[in-house]
Amino acid sequence: MSLVEITGVVKRYGTNTVLDGVSLAIEAGEIIAVIGRSGSGKSTLLRCINGLEPIQGGRIVFGGTVVNDPATDLRKLRQQVGIVFQSFNLFPHLSVEKNITLAPRVVKGMDPGAARELAAKVLARVGLAEKIDAYPDQLSGGQQQRVAIARSLAMQPQLMLLDEVTSALDPELTGEVLKVLEQVARDGMTMMLVTHEMGFARRVATRLIFMHEGRIREEGRAVDLLSDPQTPELVSFLDAVLH
Amino acid sequence: MIREFNLVDVYYLVLAARWTLALTVLAFIGGGIVGLLVALLRVAPYRLLRALGATYVAAVQGIPLLAWLFVFFFGLPIMTKVQVSPWIAAMIAYSIYAGAFLGEIWRGCLVAIPPQQWEAGSSLGLSFGQQLRYVIVPQALRIAIPPTVGFLVQLIKNTSLAAVIGFIELTREGQLVNAATYRPFSVYITVAAIYFALCFPLTQLSRNLERRMRVAR
Amino acid sequence: MSYVFNFRDIWAQQDFLLDGIGITLLLSSVTIAAGFVLGAIVASMRVYGGATIRAVSAAYVEIIRNTPLIVQLFIVFFGLPGLGVRLDAMTASLIALTINLGAYTAEIVRAGLEAIPRAQIEAGHSLGLSGLQVFRHVVMFPALKIIYPALTSQFVLMMLATSIVSQISAPDLFHVASIIQSRTFRDFEIYLVVAFIYLALALALRILFAGVGRIAFGRR
Repeated sequence: MSLVEITGVVKRYGTNTVLDGVSLAIEAGEIIAVIGRSGSGKSTLLRCINGLEPIQGGRIVFGGTVVNDPATDLRKLRQQVGIVFQSFNLFPHLSVEKNITLAPRVVKGMDPGAARELAAKVLARVGLAEKIDAYPDQLSGGQQQRVAIARSLAMQPQLMLLDEVTSALDPELTGEVLKVLEQVARDGMTMMLVTHEMGFARRVATRLIFMHEGRIREEGRAVDLLSDPQTPELVSFLDAVLH
Repeated sequence: MIREFNLVDVYYLVLAARWTLALTVLAFIGGGIVGLLVALLRVAPYRLLRALGATYVAAVQGIPLLAWLFVFFFGLPIMTKVQVSPWIAAMIAYSIYAGAFLGEIWRGCLVAIPPQQWEAGSSLGLSFGQQLRYVIVPQALRIAIPPTVGFLVQLIKNTSLAAVIGFIELTREGQLVNAATYRPFSVYITVAAIYFALCFPLTQLSRNLERRMRVAR
Repeated sequence: MSYVFNFRDIWAQQDFLLDGIGITLLLSSVTIAAGFVLGAIVASMRVYGGATIRAVSAAYVEIIRNTPLIVQLFIVFFGLPGLGVRLDAMTASLIALTINLGAYTAEIVRAGLEAIPRAQIEAGHSLGLSGLQVFRHVVMFPALKIIYPALTSQFVLMMLATSIVSQISAPDLFHVASIIQSRTFRDFEIYLVVAFIYLALALALRILFAGVGRIAFGRR
């Protein structure tokens, strides 16, 4: 059984259909990169997987749990599915350590000593061990985003969703974040990233998905899609993006 | 026997101001409790609760404070057939009134927290209560301080209406001194000056706090 | 609850109540109109005036906003006669209420004027518009749109606050209520009824303002 099974998902905002019958299966260990124009539904798809957005049709199953079932305990699900946002969303009133240890302590009941050790460990993974007592407003954008990744890693999820995590960063800070993501991927995490970083997608992704107007238009190996696009939509998209 | 308006009367007026402050503090405590409830109701994840909170605020804010005072001052003893102390009647009226306004202020502070903070919290698996307690309220508290201090000023002025139902506070004392000295202009100017001395520093404090908060963001 | 509500006695006084409502509405509308004009003038003084004018208008606003309305009313009605100026209850009420509303309005309008980005004003000047034209076309309308909710909220609050004039025996709705109370001894019912009337008036006023706002500021 795949880790994530998305079948015929339909999502509407009022009269606007954002996802129009999307089907996708994600196996453990895969690195899936999703590309497409703004409005193509890629971020929405991500947010449906951990239940942030409800769907009007279809099914999403994560590890045997039906995400869109109203009876599902989304809190339990979200301990298994981590998400990192474009705008980092760190808690400004908490230190880096508290940001990272909040959920392990409060949701999983971890004791503070063990939680601090865990924080130190994940911070080392993202290369920010020395910032453990700093506050978000003392960090650069790239550093904040790496802390956000660490915060997600601390819950030891089975799947990580990353929603354009470098789009809000100054260009010179993007590299440090991508390097961390590459390492996390190499450590075996299953990841689904919405991204504009084509080079990263080519290097790291095991599968590339191109979305257009709420549907998956093309999918396959990154190398293949980027060098040999089949659909006119992907051709014009790549044209616009790779300038 | 009309006497002259002199420093002794000013002294009496200043003394009466302590009842004004006492009333303000009690009204703030009562109103604070109600306000907290109202604010939480209005952000609750259930539409019925939200509607309840909204109705409460709309009803209370649509009725003059004088009417609330009179309803509880005259009505409560009649309804409960018990001799209700005027203090209790006034406290209930002020708590209800202040609670609506404080609830609105605090609700504004809660919703000022960007929805992304809620999302980040829920995506980590926090429950609604945990999100409030660890993520939202600590941030909302900070931005709630300037407008809450500003509202204290409103409360101090509002206690002047208690004079109408016979409470001895600053305004009522002014009426009494006026009855004894027949110097309404001097008396009420003095009363106004004392209120100003109480309110203006708080107004300035609220402004300073707000300015400091804007710089810190 | 063994208390028996009796609204019939109050119903019999409905004409009297209507008179009171009329006075309340009259006081409110005159105060709102005059208070708004006064507040707009004071706000302009604070934003565009020289140092002395700014100080004077600031003092006016601070003094009024940091003292209770009832005390201001007493100063006008009871205090001025001591200086030789004798006013009847209605006139004194209008003066005190207008001065009071003017100060609160001034703050709101000032916030609106200051909310217009400097860049907009510079753009207006660069196009050759005079100072007055810039104010009229670039500042006034957007500022009004921004402050409209806060302004109308203040107006509704003022309508409710007119109940204070009952304390100097101006014949407004609240004063009528206390007279009916002494006639019928129905303490509880009369103030409940009056509370509901105020609530209805406040609601009607809000709807009216909302409608006006939609017409004035709606999508063009």
